[in-house]
Amino acid sequence: MNVSTDLDNRFRDAAAESGLLDVAYELTDSPIGTLLVAASERGLCLISFDPEPDREAEGLARAFGARVLRSPRPVDEARRELDEYFAGRRREFDLPVDLTPVPTFQREVLAELVRVPYGSLETYGGLAARVGRPRAARAVGGALHRNPVPIVVPCHRVVGASGSLTGYGGGLERKEWLLAAEGALLR
Amino acid sequence: MEAVAVTRIPPFERFYEERKDEVFGYLARVLGRETAEDAFQETFLRALRGYPRLEHGRHLRAWIFTIATRVALDERRRAVRHVEPVEVAVADERPAYAELDHLAGELPPTERAAVVLRYGYDLSYDDIGAALGSSAEAARQAASSGVRRLRRRSSP
Repeated sequence: MNVSTDLDNRFRDAAAESGLLDVAYELTDSPIGTLLVAASERGLCLISFDPEPDREAEGLARAFGARVLRSPRPVDEARRELDEYFAGRRREFDLPVDLTPVPTFQREVLAELVRVPYGSLETYGGLAARVGRPRAARAVGGALHRNPVPIVVPCHRVVGASGSLTGYGGGLERKEWLLAAEGALLR
Repeated sequence: MEAVAVTRIPPFERFYEERKDEVFGYLARVLGRETAEDAFQETFLRALRGYPRLEHGRHLRAWIFTIATRVALDERRRAVRHVEPVEVAVADERPAYAELDHLAGELPPTERAAVVLRYGYDLSYDDIGAALGSSAEAARQAASSGVRRLRRRSSP
């Protein structure tokens, strides 16, 4: 006997309200494809391009605990802010971010990265210098490639010294789209 | 390494998706569809509460049926003053059980749970004993006594 959609939704809401979830997630549409958006009690912990929910849930369970459930309410605010960003109505995100499983150096890089403003660019070397490791441009590149919360922590704003886009965890086309939408690149 | 992967505790989402329909079906048989909705939520909320204490992913099916059975028995005890045969409308592919299904509502709660778990969901008597908070032997007796009672009632 199948559980009705209504009962299923009610359970997912009740689970979120109970405070028992390690992570809640939901899929959301965007101009650059479907995104999986996940949040722990502490804040946004994953934005994933081209998501495979089962695989993402495995990764989240390993990082945050096994109580990972698709449940939209805890990520409503993040989805709303992302919608506003994609519609050009938001330049900064007002969302707590949970980087608990992220190694220290990467966390420092990501913390510095959120200071790079909407519509501007920074280089890998420049960001390395900003975290006090001027020769660590390559390590910075690695840290950005593994950024768990792209867009909100704007690794798309970091480019090579020559101005080339270099690389992006979500694919160069998306990086180009985001920078163009912010007016940092000519379309 | 293979064995470790097989028994790892899955993300709750996968566990819930795999088990939700049969757990709801079980609760609907034992409690009736309307009461089953609340019991369903309570069952999976209790499972969420207990999930971090699991040490491996083996026996998850028996574990969730244990929780569901306890929720159902609690519910039946609460509603004991209003015990009525429950209307059960289930498309069932288990003919032996289906013959008894419409009558199972009249059984005492423990016998009913034992009958439904054994013949509806094919749980072992060990697992049913655990679900009922008793032994495998007690579970076997409860199921067998339930079936005898049903046969008596269904015979002309």
